[in-house]
Amino acid sequence: MTTTTTAPTSTTVLDATGVTMRFGGLTAVRDVNLTVNTGEIVGLIGPNGAGKTTFFNCLTGLYVPTEGKVAYKGTVLPPKPHLVTQAGIARTFQNIRLFANMTVLENVLVGRHTRTKEGLWSALLRLPGFKKAEEESRARAMELLEFTGLAAKADHLARNLPYGEQRKLEIARALASEPGLLLLDEPTAGMNPQETRAAEELIFAIRDKGIAVLVIEHDIRFIMNLCDRVAVLVQGEKIVEGPAEVVQSDERVIAAYLGTPFEGAPGKEEAAEVEAAEAEAQSTTEGDDK
Amino acid sequence: MTTQTPMDKTTDTTKVSTAPATPIIPLPHAAARALTVAGSALALIGTFLAWTWTDEFPGNLTVTGYPGGLQVLTLVGALLTLLFALSGYGIRGLGWLTPGGKNSPVLLAALGVFGTTGYAMGAISQELGGLVNLEPGAWVSGIGALVAVIGALGLPVDQPYGAQDPTPNLWGRIRHSLTAPEPSRAKDLPSWVEILIIAAGFGVGLYVFAYGIGTEYSELFIGFLIVTAFGFTAVTRAGLLKRLSALTAKHRNVAMAAAFVAAICFPFTQTNDQFALIGANILIFATVALGLNVVVGLAGLLDLGYVAFLGVGAYAAALVSGSPQSSIGVEFPFWAAVLTGAAASLIFGVVIGAPTLRLRGDYLAIVTLGFGEIFRITMNNLNGNSGPDVTNGSNGIPNIPDLEIFGFNLGLPHNVLGTELTRSGNYYLLMLLCTAIVVLVFRRSAESRIGRAWVAIREDETAATAMGINGFRLKLLAFALGASLAGLAGTVQAHVSYSVTPEQYQFAGSVPPNSAFLLAAVILGGMGTISGPLIGAALLYLIPAKLQFMAEYQLLLFGIALMLLMRYRPEGLVADRRKQLEFHETGQLDVPEDKPLPEGATGVAKAGA
Repeated sequence: MTTTTTAPTSTTVLDATGVTMRFGGLTAVRDVNLTVNTGEIVGLIGPNGAGKTTFFNCLTGLYVPTEGKVAYKGTVLPPKPHLVTQAGIARTFQNIRLFANMTVLENVLVGRHTRTKEGLWSALLRLPGFKKAEEESRARAMELLEFTGLAAKADHLARNLPYGEQRKLEIARALASEPGLLLLDEPTAGMNPQETRAAEELIFAIRDKGIAVLVIEHDIRFIMNLCDRVAVLVQGEKIVEGPAEVVQSDERVIAAYLGTPFEGAPGKEEAAEVEAAEAEAQSTTEGDDK
Repeated sequence: MTTQTPMDKTTDTTKVSTAPATPIIPLPHAAARALTVAGSALALIGTFLAWTWTDEFPGNLTVTGYPGGLQVLTLVGALLTLLFALSGYGIRGLGWLTPGGKNSPVLLAALGVFGTTGYAMGAISQELGGLVNLEPGAWVSGIGALVAVIGALGLPVDQPYGAQDPTPNLWGRIRHSLTAPEPSRAKDLPSWVEILIIAAGFGVGLYVFAYGIGTEYSELFIGFLIVTAFGFTAVTRAGLLKRLSALTAKHRNVAMAAAFVAAICFPFTQTNDQFALIGANILIFATVALGLNVVVGLAGLLDLGYVAFLGVGAYAAALVSGSPQSSIGVEFPFWAAVLTGAAASLIFGVVIGAPTLRLRGDYLAIVTLGFGEIFRITMNNLNGNSGPDVTNGSNGIPNIPDLEIFGFNLGLPHNVLGTELTRSGNYYLLMLLCTAIVVLVFRRSAESRIGRAWVAIREDETAATAMGINGFRLKLLAFALGASLAGLAGTVQAHVSYSVTPEQYQFAGSVPPNSAFLLAAVILGGMGTISGPLIGAALLYLIPAKLQFMAEYQLLLFGIALMLLMRYRPEGLVADRRKQLEFHETGQLDVPEDKPLPEGATGVAKAGA
């Protein structure tokens, strides 16, 4: 699969400026700026608790950011999840949130909600447009199930799908709202390497459909393969942003993940000193025992 | 009797049931079956003899050669047992009776006969004072039933024990002997035959229902409950119900039409106005329960004050009915009254829903409970003393005149096709029209974009809003729709019951409909289904109405029944299509997942190309 970076003549899809989210005294996200352009796959990484999911929630209207604004294709988004989805941003969840007791097809049809208009009266009176709209929705949903490879399971309950397929279904459901930007929150969590490979392919295919992708992930190899650009969030702040290779070798990133090396690594003499001190301490305690 | 069938056939049936599981009573198979057949035949013969010497016991069981009252129930049960038992012999023409389980239906039916006969014998000797009051006929039937049960317990079990519990104890074995495998797919019949079968099925259903409503004394009703409960389970285990529901799913519109035709026929089967009134009241209760099912079953909003919407509709209709006690004193034609009632409920629903629907879960339940009570108390207080005189306080609005639609006075009996249709019969048919409307509204809204959004909100509200669903607006829509459906039923209820008083619209009371019973009807029947609340409401109305003697313990028994149901059948009597899928698929999960990856890969390749 190709990993070529896209043409530089791309326009900005997402433009988050100065997004800050405070919960009381805790600042979960501090002054984060991030842009995503069309045809781009951008990665968002960071240690646990860095505020990645909180940032996602700010983008999608689940949280109202304390400061800052989020614009989609030039218009500032209102802080209501359904309006954000309507504008063209779709998302998946870190802990899978499917409609467990609905069928696979119905799940995707729910995703079509904002792109269809048939109201209650239309449904009750079976107005002329109703049947056509339903059929169109179904056809579109089946297309997406085909795309994600779930078409054979359209009539199964979402809860009965195996884990990897539930992840795929979440993506299909998000795609049903015809987004311009797809936010994926840890799409490969809990997957084996093969499944992760398949997920990669799927995300490339989504990119090829002209949908920009912003993805949170812990699997560094996955991010490196996938992303044109990577942003690193540590303790709510964006510390680096750039191409994957640059970010990977950035020492601040290494520090965030592995910790900083001890100030002046212990030399030979110091080690010997410590050893001697320990031996002495041991002998004295033994002496006390006697 | 045709007990002498070739031996190879009997061994054949044993082979079908591949029984490593031994029967509870170790009898040779042939002997057990012969015993069952003989026992049920004996019970059958017994019903033609006198059971007692005096007609002081209701139903007159003294006549020889003509079964009456409880004897009829034993007769029906014994016939069912006999047929199921004979079907196990592989007799040509009876095989269709048991596509699923072969022997557990026999046992269940035999238990039903034993139960009802034993109950009848007990009731006779208790009411008349001693076993001496039993005539030989009762003993013949009773002993026959006992023999049939013993024989049925000796029949091999229908399916081998489960892998997780290969050697159950006695109780486990008894429970296991009542289970049965699912029937295989039926072969396709010509569609007119299938439609005839559906019609026959609904005909039987109508007859059983009408019989239950028409039971004139509580002994008969208890016997009826025993026989129907066991008989129904037996028919289910035999796989007949599964076959029928497969047919109704195939011809949905035909099945619905058949159900309504059967329902229309009901008042013509009743000569007694009182029983037709029960029918009308059941329909009111069932319609409101179905309206509540939109709110609870689809959108997942627990509404504990739903009966208030029925009350709003009824009060609105009463005020514009032209009753001399109405404070408005106008008389609207029926269609306008219906619109007024539904609109008043709709407005009330929106007014209550707009502030409360921002709450979730338990909080919403508490607030709706409060609003339900506020409605009742307000109606009580608008009496001219503690408030403006609108509703006459606790006296309510009496003397609501009968409806007249197109010159057809619903208050007077009419002669239709040679049968007299009483006042209650008229209202029953009017109410049936309302029920049909509500069923249609439920079905159409559930199968639309709006209905899917409701279910999505029920499943996971956060995910639903992230899919672009305006949660608050759709919840309000569900609330308002449910309210106006209840208001619609309320307008008819006001006329059926002549008067409306605040006390009719409580949270919990002994007479349905009230909020607690409405919710119970939905849960007991099956959330999110159409037939569920209808069946649940019918049961919840009939049982208290017919068993007056246990009025004191009614709520206690009701609570116990609800707990047992939640333990053993949490999805309700009628399972949702989605729940059925769930059961259907648990079997599939065991199949190893062989090719999820290639599937995904091809899908992507196709999309990428």
